[in-house]
Amino acid sequence: MIRVFAFLALIWGSTATAEVMKMAVTTSFHNSGLSDVLLPAIARDTGLEVQLLIVGTGQALRLGEAGDVDAILVHSKAAEEAFVAGGYGTHRREIMYNDFVFIGPSTDDAAIAGQGSSTEVLTAIARAEAAFVSRGDDSGTHKKERALWSDAGFDTDTLGDWYKAVGAGMGASLNTASSLNAYILADRASWLNFGNKGDLTLLFAGDPVLFNQYAYLPVNPERHPHVDSDGATTLEDWLTSDAAKELINGYAINGEKLFTFNAVQSD
Amino acid sequence: MVDVMRATLHDAVVTRRGKAILGPVSYQLPSEGCTIVIGPNGAGKTTLLKTLHGVERLSQGRVDWGIPDEIARQQQAYVFQSPIMLRRSVRQNLIFPLSLSGVSKAEAAERVTYWAGKIGLAKMLDRPAPRLSGGEKQKLALARALIRDPAVLFLDEPCANLDGRSTREIESLLLDVQKSGTRVIMTTHDLGQAKRLATDMLFLLNGRINDHGPADAFFAAPASPEARAFLNGDIVE
Amino acid sequence: MNDIWSGLQAAFWLLITLDRDLIEITLRSLQVSLSALVIASAIALPLGTWLAIRRFRFRRAAIAALNALMGLPPVVVGLIVYLLLSRSGPFGVLGLLFTPTAMIIAQVIIITPLIASITHQAMRELWAEYHDLLISLNTSNWQRIKTLIFDGRRALLTASLAGFGRAIGEVGAIMIVGGNIDNATRVLTTAIALETGKGDFALALGLGFVLIALALVVNFAIHVLSRTERDGRW
Repeated sequence: MIRVFAFLALIWGSTATAEVMKMAVTTSFHNSGLSDVLLPAIARDTGLEVQLLIVGTGQALRLGEAGDVDAILVHSKAAEEAFVAGGYGTHRREIMYNDFVFIGPSTDDAAIAGQGSSTEVLTAIARAEAAFVSRGDDSGTHKKERALWSDAGFDTDTLGDWYKAVGAGMGASLNTASSLNAYILADRASWLNFGNKGDLTLLFAGDPVLFNQYAYLPVNPERHPHVDSDGATTLEDWLTSDAAKELINGYAINGEKLFTFNAVQSD
Repeated sequence: MVDVMRATLHDAVVTRRGKAILGPVSYQLPSEGCTIVIGPNGAGKTTLLKTLHGVERLSQGRVDWGIPDEIARQQQAYVFQSPIMLRRSVRQNLIFPLSLSGVSKAEAAERVTYWAGKIGLAKMLDRPAPRLSGGEKQKLALARALIRDPAVLFLDEPCANLDGRSTREIESLLLDVQKSGTRVIMTTHDLGQAKRLATDMLFLLNGRINDHGPADAFFAAPASPEARAFLNGDIVE
Repeated sequence: MNDIWSGLQAAFWLLITLDRDLIEITLRSLQVSLSALVIASAIALPLGTWLAIRRFRFRRAAIAALNALMGLPPVVVGLIVYLLLSRSGPFGVLGLLFTPTAMIIAQVIIITPLIASITHQAMRELWAEYHDLLISLNTSNWQRIKTLIFDGRRALLTASLAGFGRAIGEVGAIMIVGGNIDNATRVLTTAIALETGKGDFALALGLGFVLIALALVVNFAIHVLSRTERDGRW
């Protein structure tokens, strides 16, 4: 028994002491791998250890509303504005954007490659009734996808069996699409970092409506007095600094640039 | 001491699921010697033993040992029909009752050596008790019962399922025990064993004492016709 | 097949290079699950033994409830613990959400009924065996419990190991209450889920093999520590 306790004491021994703050981010941001570049730089420049909670946009917003995190970094403008309007966040600060891309089987049965706009792409998929995987998890990507369907004149609730809402994260949804050889809307970063591509390939990108704006929202300390608002401010200052700009614009996978820094810098 | 440990049953009744399995029994047991309880299956022999030992819940009546029950039970030991072996070594089984009553380690070790020798298990002290043979288990159970020097020893069919040699060894131990003044109360199915060991007899039938008396007289001429029939080997209901 | 082979290779490389992240994640898995195991055992072993030897009015109901709790879906436990520990929940002031402590709490809730139930089963058998002897020897309640726990230690060890197995392999609840934060609450199972999500099956599988190896090593270690094998089997 004593040995068991000694062992427990041993593995409990190490504890971190740096200043710690918690930020909820979307799966797509984390899957891009950019956080692995940014977090060490943040720790080096500011001494702040940022703990990331990787969740969907829906849950990220809920975490912020409940005060379980100090800030959130998400990409769903309407929901973000509602978050600030509800008094849960102090303000919304745009940081950077990347873009969404349409992925599908290399045979491209619905012939979406070479279409002129995302509306035409979706219309082609719907006409062909080609298998399409939707995140279905109320994430930012899912919200974007539904908005695109709606712009194209479709109601996702009334589409046929070929429209598969899987209720999962980006990676899991891509796994599903890969095994079904289905079309899917993904953010470019997740797609490039995804390891199980199978027969899938990037078929359509570039329509400006597919741009994906990331914004930073500190949780309102008036509502949740325990939040680390100093840490949140420090992080915001860093995210909009030249150091961040350089790292974000310079981040590439297989030579492809993923993010464009577009924060309004104060000085 | 012998006088103190004399059991009297006052209208004792044990019922289980509404059915009386023993009693009412009123009887004063002799104060010394070896009482052997016989009777057909289901007559209540085991229940009578447990009642005397004080571990059976009476629905009526009482058992009186002349001293408070707790103290009485501490001076008694009980050997069950199928020996209960603690999942420990032979040594630990023998030490167990001693450690409960706070006997010192040195004293306990001495007694363990003595009793292990007496039952012929001196070389098996570190064997796991549950892996002994049937006869060895029964002898160990007996030694474990005797190691606290009880004033009264109960035995429930101590030689059921044992071969002749083990039975002989146990009987000779019991005769020694009797000689040293320990009161023995036991049940048996073996009439020959009863004749060899008993100083007095109790014949139970349907939960009641049908016949009783000093062993010689009982075996020579049982008073009740049922007891006579039983001794003749007839089936008695 | 190819995936499994590359998973084995990944596991092999992670192990022989003593990958820093891997060691950290593994230690955290052990830290969380062993802490949960010690706490749950401290509750469940006496509770299970007590249920085996005491007769009281709601005993059957208590045992039925215990067996039902054993089947609690971990995800539901996670969700409930999450809501309780959230800043907007009743225990929010403690600030425990997304900490290893929260993960330990969830695991304790998940494995305590399991350990208590197995303990109860084993102890009931042992008590039936010892009942007459211990009553006859005029033992106190405490002496009875001590004797049962001592002689039933192998069964209790098995019960604890079953609890540990469930704790270390659990992902649903700790994902929710721990948040899978890198360097803070990421453990083997949540890391596997994450790597699978990235489509990096090789690394996920490598972590999986490490998890299996860990479960085996801990089982073996506990057996050796308590020297049960040398005591012989009954």
